[in-house]
Amino acid sequence: MDYKPDKNIIAKRIAQFFSNGDVVNLGIGLPTLVGNYVPDNVDITLQSENGFLGLGPAPEAGEEIPFLENAGGMPVTMLSGGCYFDSVTSFGIIRGGHVDYTVLGVLQVDQKGNLANYKVPGKMVPGMGGAMDLTVGARTVICAGTHFDKSGASKLLKDCTLPITAVNQVDYLVTDVAVFKIADGKFHMLEVFEPYTAEFVIENTEADVVKDESFKVVKV
Amino acid sequence: MVEKEILSAEEAVSRIKDGDVVMLGGFMGCGSPAGLLTKLRDSGKKDMTLVCNDCGWHNEKIEKYTEVAYNIIDKQFSKVITTHIGLNQEIQRQMIAGETEVELVPQGTLAERIRTAGAGLGGFLTPTGVGTEVEEGKTVIEEDGVKYLLEKPLKGNVAILRAAKADKAGNLVYSKSARNFNPVMATACDLVIVEADEIVEIGELDPECIVTPSVFVNILVGGSK
Repeated sequence: MDYKPDKNIIAKRIAQFFSNGDVVNLGIGLPTLVGNYVPDNVDITLQSENGFLGLGPAPEAGEEIPFLENAGGMPVTMLSGGCYFDSVTSFGIIRGGHVDYTVLGVLQVDQKGNLANYKVPGKMVPGMGGAMDLTVGARTVICAGTHFDKSGASKLLKDCTLPITAVNQVDYLVTDVAVFKIADGKFHMLEVFEPYTAEFVIENTEADVVKDESFKVVKV
Repeated sequence: MVEKEILSAEEAVSRIKDGDVVMLGGFMGCGSPAGLLTKLRDSGKKDMTLVCNDCGWHNEKIEKYTEVAYNIIDKQFSKVITTHIGLNQEIQRQMIAGETEVELVPQGTLAERIRTAGAGLGGFLTPTGVGTEVEEGKTVIEEDGVKYLLEKPLKGNVAILRAAKADKAGNLVYSKSARNFNPVMATACDLVIVEADEIVEIGELDPECIVTPSVFVNILVGGSK
């Protein structure tokens, strides 16, 4: 079976996790795409760790609002009812458990729920930014990433080999192949996306993967 | 109410000394004092430690640079304490080449280290970073079955900040997401220099809406308005 990376399918599936009233922080990059797929009948509040609640969509070109950017330094808008605050309050909100979901990009995730996403020693050293606080503080941590890296290796490992962002904090991992819940030292496969199969996932993943009791094949 | 000194950007940065720990407000350049950074570059000051959320943009491909990128190109800082340098290619290069020391700190921990310094506290316990490289060299304290790192306060010699409006007493308000680290950095430095887009008379700002109380501010620099 051929694998084709698809970031949009990941974003689309993650958007289905949320309920009315949830406070959500979306990381930069792939996680930002999740905002494009939140169903119209679900009203969530996006938190931006640089200091506001009520993050809205990107403005049209030429309609940028001065001094209103997301945590990636890109122009955004604010929804009615939003508010601004400083970095101390922002991380009080994050560490204090007031964010329901954080969605973070991944380099590696392991079956103990460890995440590595901020550093490839000697090569790429962007830094952790807010990721360590978000991973520890958010009530539910959803990781978002393509199932395989550019060399074709699975990002789901028995043990992360890169420096980790947080220990044992990841709740869910959504790839472009399947949805996993991490518990009891294993990846529990909740869903596989057509046309992939559970067998394809298990054969091509380094980590220990088991089919959950609720497992199903879905079309996203 | 006593008015604070109002200086030109050039006069204000002349109060900064070689080797100072300089805290810089802003998040990806949004809320950073562009005029002060430019004059700091012109001053040729060196061996400073920079404390900031990130190092702004230095992207040769899309030719996007925020002001602090030029201070970094000139290597005015021998050490940078920051949370994220992913969008500044030059400081990443300097770090990997060993030309500039970079200490990466989780963003919430950086904010709280500065807050505790400004609030007269001896540090704080945070679960952030437990079991990671951030834990190295730190005391781990377990309370009620949860592990925490003991993080220490972080003080600066000088803060260079950006506000939307200042009154002449030094009360500040900010604009939108340009607030970020500015208010907390104002509390933790011996000398606080604020570049304000607008400086108004005492009494013109609503006391209910002031974000940074005047007591934290030393020098105002008039901005564009």
